[in-house]
Amino acid sequence: MAEESVAEAFAVAARRWPSEGMPTSPAAWLVTTARHRAIDRLRRDRVLADKLRLLAATTPEVAEAPVDDNEIPDERLELIFTCCHPALAPEAQVALTLRAVAGLSTEEIASSFLVSAETMKRRLTRAKTKIRDAAIPFSVPAGDRLPERLAVVLAVIYLIFNQGYSAPGQAGHLAAEALRLGRVLAALLPGQPEPRALLALMLMHDARRRARLAGADGQDLVLLADQDRALWDWQQIGEAREIIDPITSSRGPYLIQAAIASLQLAEPIDWRQVAALYAELAELTGSPVVRLNGAVAIAEADGPAAALEIVDALDLAGYPYWHSTRAELLRRLGRREEARTAYHDALARAGTEPERRFLRRRIAEC
Amino acid sequence: MQYALLIYTKPGTYDSLSPAEREALSLEYYALRDEPGMLGGAALQPVTTATTIRLADGRPLVTDGPFADTKEIFGGYYVYEADNLDQATEMAARIPALRLGGTIEVRPIMGKAS
Repeated sequence: MAEESVAEAFAVAARRWPSEGMPTSPAAWLVTTARHRAIDRLRRDRVLADKLRLLAATTPEVAEAPVDDNEIPDERLELIFTCCHPALAPEAQVALTLRAVAGLSTEEIASSFLVSAETMKRRLTRAKTKIRDAAIPFSVPAGDRLPERLAVVLAVIYLIFNQGYSAPGQAGHLAAEALRLGRVLAALLPGQPEPRALLALMLMHDARRRARLAGADGQDLVLLADQDRALWDWQQIGEAREIIDPITSSRGPYLIQAAIASLQLAEPIDWRQVAALYAELAELTGSPVVRLNGAVAIAEADGPAAALEIVDALDLAGYPYWHSTRAELLRRLGRREEARTAYHDALARAGTEPERRFLRRRIAEC
Repeated sequence: MQYALLIYTKPGTYDSLSPAEREALSLEYYALRDEPGMLGGAALQPVTTATTIRLADGRPLVTDGPFADTKEIFGGYYVYEADNLDQATEMAARIPALRLGGTIEVRPIMGKAS
Protein backbone atom coordinates (compact mmCIF):
# COMPACT_ATOMS: atom_id res chain seq x y z
CA MET A 1 0.00 0.00 0.00
CA ALA A 2 2.89 2.31 0.78
CA GLU A 3 4.16 1.63 -2.72
CA GLU A 4 1.64 3.98 -4.21
CA SER A 5 2.49 7.18 -2.42
CA VAL A 6 4.67 8.15 -5.35
CA ALA A 7 1.56 8.21 -7.44
CA GLU A 8 -0.09 10.67 -5.13
CA ALA A 9 2.99 12.88 -5.01
CA PHE A 10 2.90 12.79 -8.75
CA ALA A 11 -0.76 13.65 -8.91
CA VAL A 12 -0.25 16.55 -6.53
CA ALA A 13 2.73 17.83 -8.45
CA ALA A 14 0.80 17.58 -11.69
CA ARG A 15 -1.93 19.76 -10.28
CA ARG A 16 0.56 22.26 -8.98
CA TRP A 17 2.48 22.67 -12.16
CA PRO A 18 0.73 25.66 -13.77
CA SER A 19 0.91 27.60 -10.55
CA GLU A 20 4.68 27.37 -10.51
CA GLY A 21 6.06 30.83 -10.05
CA MET A 22 3.02 32.08 -8.20
CA PRO A 23 4.38 33.68 -5.07
CA THR A 24 1.58 32.82 -2.67
CA SER A 25 2.23 29.90 -0.36
CA PRO A 26 -0.43 27.19 -0.38
CA ALA A 27 -0.93 27.70 3.35
CA ALA A 28 -1.99 31.25 2.65
CA TRP A 29 -5.03 30.03 0.81
CA LEU A 30 -6.99 28.41 3.58
CA VAL A 31 -10.53 29.58 3.57
CA THR A 32 -12.72 29.77 6.58
CA THR A 33 -16.07 29.79 4.95
CA ALA A 34 -17.42 27.46 2.35
CA ARG A 35 -20.29 28.95 0.45
CA HIS A 36 -21.72 28.43 -2.93
CA ARG A 37 -21.52 31.18 -5.44
CA ALA A 38 -22.95 31.37 -8.86
CA ILE A 39 -20.96 33.14 -11.49
CA ASP A 40 -24.28 34.33 -12.85
CA ARG A 41 -24.46 36.59 -9.84
CA LEU A 42 -22.34 38.86 -11.95
CA ARG A 43 -25.38 39.42 -14.09
CA ARG A 44 -27.39 40.57 -11.09
CA ASP A 45 -24.65 42.36 -9.24
CA ARG A 46 -22.93 44.18 -12.04
CA VAL A 47 -21.67 47.05 -9.95
CA LEU A 48 -18.03 46.05 -9.79
CA ALA A 49 -18.04 44.72 -13.32
CA ASP A 50 -19.34 48.03 -14.58
CA LYS A 51 -16.81 49.90 -12.51
CA LEU A 52 -13.96 47.86 -13.92
CA ARG A 53 -15.25 48.40 -17.43
CA LEU A 54 -15.31 52.12 -16.84
CA LEU A 55 -11.88 52.07 -15.20
CA ALA A 56 -10.39 50.09 -18.01
CA ALA A 57 -9.55 51.62 -21.34
CA THR A 58 -12.49 50.62 -23.46
CA THR A 59 -12.15 50.22 -27.16
CA PRO A 60 -13.84 53.08 -29.04
CA GLU A 61 -16.44 50.70 -30.53
CA VAL A 62 -17.53 49.61 -27.08
CA ALA A 63 -17.52 53.11 -25.69
CA GLU A 64 -19.73 54.38 -28.47
CA ALA A 65 -22.11 51.45 -28.53
CA PRO A 66 -25.67 52.56 -27.79
CA VAL A 67 -26.93 51.38 -24.43
CA ASP A 68 -29.97 49.18 -24.72
CA ASP A 69 -31.52 48.32 -21.38
CA ASN A 70 -33.17 45.23 -22.78
CA GLU A 71 -29.95 43.79 -24.05
CA ILE A 72 -27.17 43.79 -21.53
CA PRO A 73 -24.08 42.75 -23.46
CA ASP A 74 -22.28 39.70 -22.16
CA GLU A 75 -18.98 41.20 -21.10
CA ARG A 76 -17.79 38.38 -18.88
CA LEU A 77 -15.03 37.43 -21.27
CA GLU A 78 -13.70 41.00 -21.41
CA LEU A 79 -13.92 41.11 -17.63
CA ILE A 80 -11.97 37.87 -17.21
CA PHE A 81 -9.21 39.03 -19.55
CA THR A 82 -8.98 42.38 -17.78
CA CYS A 83 -8.72 40.74 -14.35
CA CYS A 84 -6.09 38.30 -15.65
CA HIS A 85 -4.05 40.90 -17.53
CA PRO A 86 -0.34 40.03 -17.32
CA ALA A 87 0.45 43.64 -16.33
CA LEU A 88 -1.21 42.87 -12.97
CA ALA A 89 0.62 40.90 -10.29
CA PRO A 90 -0.41 37.23 -10.13
CA GLU A 91 -1.95 37.58 -6.66
CA ALA A 92 -3.90 40.60 -7.90
CA GLN A 93 -5.14 38.62 -10.93
CA VAL A 94 -6.45 35.92 -8.63
CA ALA A 95 -8.04 38.37 -6.18
CA LEU A 96 -9.67 40.45 -8.91
CA THR A 97 -11.03 37.37 -10.67
CA LEU A 98 -12.54 36.07 -7.45
CA ARG A 99 -13.96 39.49 -6.65
CA ALA A 100 -15.22 40.69 -10.02
CA VAL A 101 -15.97 37.49 -11.91
CA ALA A 102 -16.87 35.01 -9.18
CA GLY A 103 -18.50 37.66 -7.01
CA LEU A 104 -16.79 36.79 -3.73
CA SER A 105 -16.61 39.51 -1.12
CA THR A 106 -13.33 41.19 -0.25
CA GLU A 107 -13.55 39.66 3.24
CA GLU A 108 -13.95 36.16 1.84
CA ILE A 109 -10.98 36.55 -0.49
CA ALA A 110 -8.93 38.00 2.35
CA SER A 111 -9.61 34.97 4.50
CA SER A 112 -8.65 32.75 1.55
CA PHE A 113 -5.29 34.47 1.38
CA LEU A 114 -4.96 34.53 5.17
CA VAL A 115 -4.49 38.29 5.01
CA SER A 116 -6.52 40.99 6.68
CA ALA A 117 -9.52 42.43 4.89
CA GLU A 118 -7.67 45.74 4.94
CA THR A 119 -4.68 44.26 3.11
CA MET A 120 -6.90 42.59 0.53
CA LYS A 121 -8.79 45.81 0.03
CA ARG A 122 -5.53 47.63 -0.63
CA ARG A 123 -4.42 44.89 -3.04
CA LEU A 124 -7.67 45.16 -4.98
CA THR A 125 -7.58 48.96 -4.93
CA ARG A 126 -3.99 49.00 -6.19
CA ALA A 127 -4.95 46.67 -9.04
CA LYS A 128 -7.99 48.76 -9.97
CA THR A 129 -5.88 51.92 -9.86
CA LYS A 130 -3.38 50.37 -12.24
CA ILE A 131 -6.19 49.29 -14.59
CA ARG A 132 -7.32 52.91 -14.68
CA ASP A 133 -4.00 54.78 -14.72
CA ALA A 134 -2.10 52.49 -17.09
CA ALA A 135 -5.23 52.08 -19.28
CA ILE A 136 -5.36 48.30 -19.22
CA PRO A 137 -7.96 47.56 -21.92
CA PHE A 138 -11.34 46.02 -21.24
CA SER A 139 -11.28 43.74 -24.22
CA VAL A 140 -10.66 40.24 -25.46
CA PRO A 141 -7.13 40.13 -26.92
CA ALA A 142 -6.80 39.88 -30.68
CA GLY A 143 -6.16 36.53 -32.32
CA ASP A 144 -2.38 36.52 -32.34
CA ARG A 145 -2.22 37.58 -28.70
CA LEU A 146 -5.01 35.33 -27.52
CA PRO A 147 -2.96 32.17 -26.82
CA GLU A 148 -0.50 33.86 -24.43
CA ARG A 149 -3.26 35.84 -22.70
CA LEU A 150 -5.49 32.80 -22.45
CA ALA A 151 -2.62 30.93 -20.80
CA VAL A 152 -2.69 33.49 -17.96
CA VAL A 153 -6.46 33.15 -17.53
CA LEU A 154 -6.23 29.35 -17.46
CA ALA A 155 -3.38 29.50 -14.93
CA VAL A 156 -5.42 31.78 -12.64
CA ILE A 157 -8.46 29.48 -12.76
CA TYR A 158 -6.32 26.39 -12.19
CA LEU A 159 -4.55 28.09 -9.29
CA ILE A 160 -7.90 28.86 -7.67
CA PHE A 161 -8.92 25.24 -8.18
CA ASN A 162 -5.69 23.85 -6.72
CA GLN A 163 -5.93 25.94 -3.60
CA GLY A 164 -9.47 24.72 -3.04
CA TYR A 165 -8.43 21.17 -3.82
CA SER A 166 -5.33 20.98 -1.65
CA ALA A 167 -7.11 22.37 1.41
CA PRO A 168 -10.64 20.93 1.19
CA GLY A 169 -12.96 21.82 4.01
CA GLN A 170 -11.52 25.26 4.52
CA ALA A 171 -11.11 26.13 0.85
CA GLY A 172 -13.38 23.60 -0.82
CA HIS A 173 -15.58 26.30 -2.22
CA LEU A 174 -12.66 27.69 -4.22
CA ALA A 175 -12.58 24.45 -6.23
CA ALA A 176 -16.29 24.86 -6.97
CA GLU A 177 -15.65 28.49 -7.90
CA ALA A 178 -12.88 27.42 -10.30
CA LEU A 179 -15.13 24.80 -11.88
CA ARG A 180 -17.77 27.44 -12.47
CA LEU A 181 -15.22 29.82 -13.96
CA GLY A 182 -13.94 26.97 -16.11
CA ARG A 183 -17.43 26.21 -17.41
CA VAL A 184 -18.05 29.86 -18.23
CA LEU A 185 -14.72 30.24 -20.02
CA ALA A 186 -15.22 27.05 -22.02
CA ALA A 187 -18.70 28.21 -23.04
CA LEU A 188 -17.54 31.70 -23.98
CA LEU A 189 -14.59 30.46 -26.05
CA PRO A 190 -16.09 27.48 -27.87
CA GLY A 191 -13.42 27.55 -30.56
CA GLN A 192 -10.57 27.09 -28.09
CA PRO A 193 -9.70 23.55 -26.96
CA GLU A 194 -7.60 24.47 -23.93
CA PRO A 195 -10.41 25.95 -21.76
CA ARG A 196 -12.40 22.77 -22.33
CA ALA A 197 -9.36 20.67 -21.52
CA LEU A 198 -8.81 22.60 -18.28
CA LEU A 199 -12.45 22.08 -17.34
CA ALA A 200 -12.13 18.35 -17.98
CA LEU A 201 -8.90 18.21 -15.98
CA MET A 202 -10.53 19.94 -12.99
CA LEU A 203 -13.63 17.75 -13.24
CA MET A 204 -11.50 14.61 -13.09
CA HIS A 205 -9.48 15.75 -10.08
CA ASP A 206 -12.63 16.99 -8.37
CA ALA A 207 -14.34 13.64 -9.03
CA ARG A 208 -11.88 12.05 -6.57
CA ARG A 209 -12.47 14.69 -3.92
CA ARG A 210 -14.46 12.52 -1.51
CA ALA A 211 -12.02 9.63 -1.79
CA ARG A 212 -8.69 11.34 -1.28
CA LEU A 213 -9.04 12.31 2.36
CA ALA A 214 -10.10 10.10 5.25
CA GLY A 215 -9.78 9.84 9.03
CA ALA A 216 -11.84 11.19 11.88
CA ASP A 217 -11.11 14.80 10.93
CA GLY A 218 -10.82 14.19 7.19
CA GLN A 219 -7.18 15.20 7.12
CA ASP A 220 -5.55 11.86 6.28
CA LEU A 221 -4.30 11.69 2.73
CA VAL A 222 -5.42 8.58 0.85
CA LEU A 223 -3.15 7.66 -2.01
CA LEU A 224 -4.56 7.25 -5.47
CA ALA A 225 -4.21 3.46 -5.51
CA ASP A 226 -5.81 3.14 -2.07
CA GLN A 227 -8.81 5.30 -2.82
CA ASP A 228 -12.28 3.77 -2.74
CA ARG A 229 -13.28 3.99 -6.38
CA ALA A 230 -16.93 3.76 -5.38
CA LEU A 231 -16.50 7.21 -3.85
CA TRP A 232 -15.36 8.66 -7.15
CA ASP A 233 -17.93 10.69 -9.03
CA TRP A 234 -18.19 8.57 -12.18
CA GLN A 235 -20.80 10.80 -13.74
CA GLN A 236 -18.39 13.71 -13.51
CA ILE A 237 -15.56 11.57 -14.88
CA GLY A 238 -17.82 10.63 -17.78
CA GLU A 239 -18.57 14.28 -18.43
CA ALA A 240 -14.85 15.11 -18.42
CA ARG A 241 -14.04 12.31 -20.86
CA GLU A 242 -16.83 13.42 -23.17
CA ILE A 243 -15.30 16.87 -23.18
CA ILE A 244 -11.77 15.81 -24.10
CA ASP A 245 -12.48 12.85 -26.38
CA PRO A 246 -13.53 14.92 -29.39
CA ILE A 247 -10.60 17.34 -29.11
CA THR A 248 -8.21 16.49 -31.89
CA SER A 249 -7.27 19.94 -33.14
CA SER A 250 -4.39 20.57 -30.78
CA ARG A 251 -2.45 19.05 -27.94
CA GLY A 252 -1.94 21.94 -25.56
CA PRO A 253 -0.63 21.57 -22.00
CA TYR A 254 -4.08 21.24 -20.41
CA LEU A 255 -5.26 18.63 -22.89
CA ILE A 256 -2.16 16.55 -22.19
CA GLN A 257 -2.70 16.92 -18.45
CA ALA A 258 -6.36 15.96 -18.84
CA ALA A 259 -5.31 12.88 -20.84
CA ILE A 260 -2.90 11.96 -18.02
CA ALA A 261 -5.63 12.46 -15.40
CA SER A 262 -7.94 10.26 -17.43
CA LEU A 263 -5.33 7.49 -17.63
CA GLN A 264 -4.85 7.70 -13.87
CA LEU A 265 -8.52 6.90 -13.35
CA ALA A 266 -8.17 3.66 -15.29
CA GLU A 267 -7.38 0.30 -13.75
CA PRO A 268 -4.70 -0.79 -14.19
CA ILE A 269 -2.89 2.47 -14.97
CA ASP A 270 -0.87 2.42 -18.17
CA TRP A 271 2.24 4.04 -16.73
CA ARG A 272 4.22 3.76 -19.93
CA GLN A 273 1.55 5.81 -21.69
CA VAL A 274 1.52 8.29 -18.79
CA ALA A 275 5.32 8.61 -19.04
CA ALA A 276 5.04 9.24 -22.79
CA LEU A 277 2.47 12.01 -22.22
CA TYR A 278 4.70 13.59 -19.59
CA ALA A 279 7.61 13.50 -22.02
CA GLU A 280 5.40 15.35 -24.52
CA LEU A 281 4.33 17.85 -21.86
CA ALA A 282 7.94 18.42 -20.76
CA GLU A 283 8.93 19.03 -24.36
CA LEU A 284 6.12 21.58 -24.66
CA THR A 285 6.70 23.44 -21.40
CA GLY A 286 10.36 22.86 -20.51
CA SER A 287 9.21 22.65 -16.90
CA PRO A 288 11.39 20.64 -14.47
CA VAL A 289 8.26 19.96 -12.40
CA VAL A 290 6.78 18.14 -15.38
CA ARG A 291 10.00 16.13 -15.68
CA LEU A 292 9.64 15.23 -12.01
CA ASN A 293 6.14 13.91 -12.64
CA GLY A 294 7.39 12.04 -15.68
CA ALA A 295 10.04 10.41 -13.50
CA VAL A 296 7.32 9.10 -11.19
CA ALA A 297 5.57 7.45 -14.12
CA ILE A 298 8.92 5.97 -15.16
CA ALA A 299 9.34 4.62 -11.63
CA GLU A 300 6.08 2.73 -12.07
CA ALA A 301 6.96 1.50 -15.56
CA ASP A 302 10.71 0.82 -15.25
CA GLY A 303 11.43 0.79 -11.52
CA PRO A 304 12.69 3.32 -8.97
CA ALA A 305 16.39 3.28 -9.95
CA ALA A 306 15.76 4.70 -13.42
CA ALA A 307 13.44 7.31 -11.92
CA LEU A 308 15.86 8.38 -9.19
CA GLU A 309 18.54 9.07 -11.77
CA ILE A 310 16.20 11.53 -13.51
CA VAL A 311 14.99 13.10 -10.26
CA ASP A 312 18.51 13.66 -8.92
CA ALA A 313 19.43 15.56 -12.07
CA LEU A 314 16.62 18.09 -11.57
CA ASP A 315 17.32 21.44 -9.96
CA LEU A 316 14.21 21.56 -7.75
CA ALA A 317 15.55 21.63 -4.19
CA GLY A 318 13.07 24.38 -3.29
CA TYR A 319 10.10 22.29 -4.36
CA PRO A 320 8.51 20.12 -1.66
CA TYR A 321 7.38 17.37 -4.04
CA TRP A 322 10.93 16.93 -5.32
CA HIS A 323 11.95 15.90 -1.81
CA SER A 324 8.91 13.68 -1.23
CA THR A 325 9.34 11.99 -4.60
CA ARG A 326 13.05 11.38 -3.94
CA ALA A 327 12.15 10.03 -0.51
CA GLU A 328 9.66 7.56 -1.97
CA LEU A 329 12.12 6.34 -4.57
CA LEU A 330 14.90 5.95 -1.98
CA ARG A 331 12.54 4.04 0.29
CA ARG A 332 11.59 1.71 -2.51
CA LEU A 333 15.27 1.13 -3.20
CA GLY A 334 15.76 0.21 0.47
CA ARG A 335 17.97 3.24 1.16
CA ARG A 336 16.17 4.01 4.40
CA GLU A 337 18.53 6.55 5.96
CA GLU A 338 18.58 8.71 2.85
CA ALA A 339 14.83 8.30 2.50
CA ARG A 340 14.27 9.50 6.03
CA THR A 341 16.40 12.61 5.45
CA ALA A 342 14.48 13.37 2.26
CA TYR A 343 11.12 12.92 4.04
CA HIS A 344 12.27 15.44 6.64
CA ASP A 345 13.25 17.87 3.89
CA ALA A 346 9.79 17.43 2.35
CA LEU A 347 8.07 17.87 5.72
CA ALA A 348 9.85 21.18 6.29
CA ARG A 349 8.35 22.46 3.03
CA ALA A 350 4.91 20.81 3.07
CA GLY A 351 2.04 23.23 2.56
CA THR A 352 -1.00 21.47 4.02
CA GLU A 353 -1.85 19.45 7.12
CA PRO A 354 -2.76 16.24 5.23
CA GLU A 355 0.60 16.35 3.49
CA ARG A 356 2.48 16.92 6.76
CA ARG A 357 0.59 14.09 8.41
CA PHE A 358 1.36 11.74 5.56
CA LEU A 359 5.06 12.57 5.65
CA ARG A 360 5.22 12.08 9.43
CA ARG A 361 3.70 8.63 8.99
CA ARG A 362 6.35 7.81 6.42
CA ILE A 363 9.16 9.02 8.68
CA ALA A 364 7.85 6.83 11.49
CA GLU A 365 7.96 3.83 9.15
CA CYS A 366 11.53 4.45 8.00
CA MET B 1 -3.05 58.25 -23.18
CA GLN B 2 0.68 58.94 -23.38
CA TYR B 3 3.24 56.36 -22.33
CA ALA B 4 6.96 56.65 -21.73
CA LEU B 5 8.78 53.65 -23.15
CA LEU B 6 11.93 53.63 -21.04
CA ILE B 7 14.83 51.77 -22.59
CA TYR B 8 17.29 49.92 -20.37
CA THR B 9 20.31 48.31 -22.02
CA LYS B 10 22.94 45.89 -20.91
CA PRO B 11 26.35 47.52 -20.53
CA GLY B 12 28.77 46.75 -23.33
CA THR B 13 26.26 45.37 -25.81
CA TYR B 14 26.40 48.45 -28.02
CA ASP B 15 30.21 48.62 -27.88
CA SER B 16 30.50 45.04 -29.05
CA LEU B 17 28.69 45.81 -32.32
CA SER B 18 30.50 46.52 -35.57
CA PRO B 19 30.20 50.04 -37.06
CA ALA B 20 27.83 48.68 -39.71
CA GLU B 21 25.65 47.03 -37.06
CA ARG B 22 25.56 50.24 -35.03
CA GLU B 23 24.53 52.16 -38.11
CA ALA B 24 21.70 49.68 -38.81
CA LEU B 25 20.59 49.88 -35.20
CA SER B 26 20.45 53.68 -35.26
CA LEU B 27 18.35 53.55 -38.42
CA GLU B 28 15.93 51.20 -36.67
CA TYR B 29 15.58 53.61 -33.77
CA TYR B 30 14.99 56.52 -36.16
CA ALA B 31 12.39 54.51 -38.05
CA LEU B 32 10.48 53.78 -34.84
CA ARG B 33 10.60 57.48 -34.03
CA ASP B 34 8.65 58.10 -37.25
CA GLU B 35 5.87 55.64 -36.43
CA PRO B 36 2.37 57.09 -36.01
CA GLY B 37 1.75 57.88 -32.35
CA MET B 38 5.40 58.54 -31.54
CA LEU B 39 5.53 61.99 -29.96
CA GLY B 40 9.16 62.24 -29.03
CA GLY B 41 12.08 60.64 -27.36
CA ALA B 42 15.79 60.80 -26.85
CA ALA B 43 18.82 58.58 -26.80
CA LEU B 44 21.30 59.29 -24.04
CA GLN B 45 25.08 59.41 -24.30
CA PRO B 46 26.94 56.50 -22.66
CA VAL B 47 26.73 56.18 -18.89
CA THR B 48 30.44 57.08 -18.67
CA THR B 49 29.32 60.67 -19.31
CA ALA B 50 26.89 60.67 -16.39
CA THR B 51 27.18 63.07 -13.49
CA THR B 52 25.15 62.75 -10.30
CA ILE B 53 23.96 65.54 -8.02
CA ARG B 54 22.82 65.00 -4.45
CA LEU B 55 22.24 67.34 -1.55
CA ALA B 56 24.89 67.01 1.14
CA ASP B 57 24.25 69.16 4.17
CA GLY B 58 21.86 71.19 2.09
CA ARG B 59 24.41 71.88 -0.64
CA PRO B 60 24.54 70.27 -4.07
CA LEU B 61 27.23 67.58 -4.20
CA VAL B 62 28.37 66.81 -7.73
CA THR B 63 30.00 63.42 -8.37
CA ASP B 64 31.04 61.32 -11.34
CA GLY B 65 28.93 58.38 -12.47
CA PRO B 66 25.31 57.25 -12.61
CA PHE B 67 22.91 57.46 -9.70
CA ALA B 68 23.12 53.74 -9.00
CA ASP B 69 25.26 50.85 -10.17
CA THR B 70 22.69 48.63 -11.78
CA LYS B 71 22.95 45.73 -14.15
CA GLU B 72 21.02 47.64 -16.77
CA ILE B 73 21.56 51.20 -17.86
CA PHE B 74 18.90 53.71 -18.76
CA GLY B 75 19.72 54.51 -22.36
CA GLY B 76 16.82 56.54 -23.69
CA TYR B 77 13.09 56.71 -24.14
CA TYR B 78 10.20 57.25 -26.49
CA VAL B 79 6.94 59.06 -25.76
CA TYR B 80 4.11 57.16 -27.39
CA GLU B 81 0.45 57.98 -27.72
CA ALA B 82 -1.79 54.89 -27.48
CA ASP B 83 -5.37 53.97 -26.67
CA ASN B 84 -4.37 51.48 -24.03
CA LEU B 85 -1.56 49.53 -22.39
CA ASP B 86 -1.72 46.67 -24.89
CA GLN B 87 -0.97 49.04 -27.78
CA ALA B 88 1.88 50.57 -25.79
CA THR B 89 3.44 47.20 -24.96
CA GLU B 90 3.08 46.15 -28.58
CA MET B 91 5.13 49.16 -29.65
CA ALA B 92 7.59 48.60 -26.80
CA ALA B 93 8.15 45.03 -28.00
CA ARG B 94 9.53 46.43 -31.27
CA ILE B 95 12.37 48.38 -29.64
CA PRO B 96 15.69 46.85 -30.77
CA ALA B 97 17.25 47.00 -27.28
CA LEU B 98 15.20 43.93 -26.39
CA ARG B 99 17.08 41.81 -28.92
CA LEU B 100 20.35 42.85 -27.27
CA GLY B 101 19.26 41.66 -23.83
CA GLY B 102 17.74 44.97 -22.77
CA THR B 103 14.43 45.70 -21.05
CA ILE B 104 11.68 48.22 -21.72
CA GLU B 105 9.67 49.75 -18.89
CA VAL B 106 6.29 51.16 -19.93
CA ARG B 107 4.98 53.97 -17.73
CA PRO B 108 1.89 56.08 -18.33
CA ILE B 109 2.70 59.77 -18.37
CA MET B 110 0.80 61.90 -15.92
CA GLY B 111 -1.79 63.93 -17.76
CA LYS B 112 -3.35 67.26 -16.91
CA ALA B 113 -6.76 65.63 -16.77
CA SER B 114 -6.46 61.89 -16.45
